[in-house]
Amino acid sequence: MAQLTYRESVSLAIAQAMRKDPKVFFIGEDVGAAGGVFKATVGLLDEFGKERVMDAPISEQAILGAAMGAAMTGLRPIAEIMFSDFLAVCWDIIANQIAKTRYMSDGQINIPLVIRTANGGGSKFGAQHSQSLENWSMMIPGLKVVAPSCASDVLGLMDASVKDPDPVIFYEHKSLYASKEQLENTNLSIPLGQANILHEGADITIIGLALMAQRSKKAAQILKEKHNINAKVIDLRTLVPLDLQTIKRSIIETGLVITVEENPRLCGWGAEISSLITEHCFSNLKGPVTRVTTPHVPLPSADILEDNTIPSVDLIINEVIKKVKGE
Amino acid sequence: MEDKLNDDIGEAKRLQLWEMMLKLRSVEKKAYDLFLQNLIKGTSHLALGQEAIAGAFGIALQEGDYTFCTYRGHAHTLARGSSIEGVLGELMGRQCGLMKGKGGSMHLTDVEKGVMGSYAIIGAHLTIANGTALASKYNKTKEVSVCFFGDGTTNIGAFHEALNMAKIWDLPIVFVCENNLYMEYTAISEVTAVEHPAADRASAYSLDKIIVDGNDADEMYRTAQTAIKKARYGHGPSLIEAKTYRHSGHSRADPGKYRPDEEVKDWMENKDPIKNYRQKLLEFNIDEKTITGIESKIQQQVEEATNISKNSPIPDIKEIYTDVWADGGYKWHN
Repeated sequence: MAQLTYRESVSLAIAQAMRKDPKVFFIGEDVGAAGGVFKATVGLLDEFGKERVMDAPISEQAILGAAMGAAMTGLRPIAEIMFSDFLAVCWDIIANQIAKTRYMSDGQINIPLVIRTANGGGSKFGAQHSQSLENWSMMIPGLKVVAPSCASDVLGLMDASVKDPDPVIFYEHKSLYASKEQLENTNLSIPLGQANILHEGADITIIGLALMAQRSKKAAQILKEKHNINAKVIDLRTLVPLDLQTIKRSIIETGLVITVEENPRLCGWGAEISSLITEHCFSNLKGPVTRVTTPHVPLPSADILEDNTIPSVDLIINEVIKKVKGE
Repeated sequence: MEDKLNDDIGEAKRLQLWEMMLKLRSVEKKAYDLFLQNLIKGTSHLALGQEAIAGAFGIALQEGDYTFCTYRGHAHTLARGSSIEGVLGELMGRQCGLMKGKGGSMHLTDVEKGVMGSYAIIGAHLTIANGTALASKYNKTKEVSVCFFGDGTTNIGAFHEALNMAKIWDLPIVFVCENNLYMEYTAISEVTAVEHPAADRASAYSLDKIIVDGNDADEMYRTAQTAIKKARYGHGPSLIEAKTYRHSGHSRADPGKYRPDEEVKDWMENKDPIKNYRQKLLEFNIDEKTITGIESKIQQQVEEATNISKNSPIPDIKEIYTDVWADGGYKWHN
């Protein structure tokens, strides 16, 4: 039994992938000698050397281009983009090149690569280092979208992502890096497209991702203890592929559903889930789908402002109570 | 065939260059004809007049080497040995096309021939070409990656990111700037801080300044060989600026009227790579019958390929839903 932080599980997951497959290498800014700005890749350079752990210049396009080209030859790169906000400076390589080349080439080219990135708020870094951007990549055909909420999921989902023959954007949540988990086994694999139930309950379904899944779980615990409401919490784990069946099963049971998203309101992933629920589960619904999101604003920096922008445990509790009471 | 002129290139290689350039030109001309007949839709960017560059590299490269080109990439694809019907069929949206109509004119790809794609967003493919070069270095293999692009590319960030990365890691790659004097509709000199858009930037990345007459097939071939050899034997990247000119406009929709008539006339009449090379072959005492024999052969090949393409079925609409993912499909939820 080992206690592992989410942060430690990142470096362990990469190390395990690199030990298993010599085709896997790791590239990013400050990832080797410095061990990453979030210290999530400490030890990799010592174990694997400069040939497999490459410190790159501040050139996000060149980093992802190199990873893509290498993947086209059959290597399996893991590339780090330090903050997910920086995806904007290499979005051409992701959205136009990595995502579409398999299709445009009529399947001649596979691009088995993983782009890891630190995502989400909670650190008071302001609007350009705190965004929650899973929905950006969800909109592009050809990209798989993964966002683990705990250390064991980092391990299991990284294993599956590295082995996956398609490109994966792997969103690690900054505010989860310090979270801890007791693990009996670290050699895990979790198939992409398999949601996880974090809390059982039949009164209402709460659907979350990454930090929002963990806050939803916390809310469900309090709702049970203090409000006698039993909420089922679904951690989606991956947006593409999406485990729609688990969502459907739960809604058939509860008839009420709330999505909890860290992204700003417009076109957040919950909008697509809400649409799917309406299409597939309309007759099971006892009321409209409620979306809890950050308001449609850039993320502010000050403690009180950021804390009141991102959905909190209290906000989730309040929304669930309103929903269950039919308000 | 015995070399009549025993220099570093020789007759046999010159005839290969001749045949290659003729093929590139004839197919581009055919593509233009097929446009006029409305058999090719969408857009198309012809490389008429620039054949010596792709052609020389096509001859100088080996099987297994990787090439990356732009949306002006019909010639570069053919130069690696892709079939004419594969190219024309793709332009016409037929099943015989290299990608069965899923990519089109701007995305020709033929991995079996080392054609790692044609890229339609300026600059991106320089960074991607670094990736195949990085793979060769990682795997300790000897392939060379070659990346073709236009003069306009030298003003986008990805160009600079890619050159820096290639140099710091000494990647086995050759960057080839085809400077045809115009970025789309605007003279490159009007929008660039230096006279030679690629070569004058080379020193910023500790690379040699290499400028070559891109319409002289012999010079192009020599330059290609030197750079490829350098990359293959672990001596790092090169940046070549090849001066050339496109005979047609930027794309199908562009008659190219922004270019002075005298300038166009000069390049068409005095600096046409094919016209000049034919003259050169004669000066080297190569039999005119041999030259015209190759001309007829290419004409016949292009006509045959055109017929194959015209007779090839259009794609099944089910193709829309294939090959997003490596499992062959497009499903994103269970």
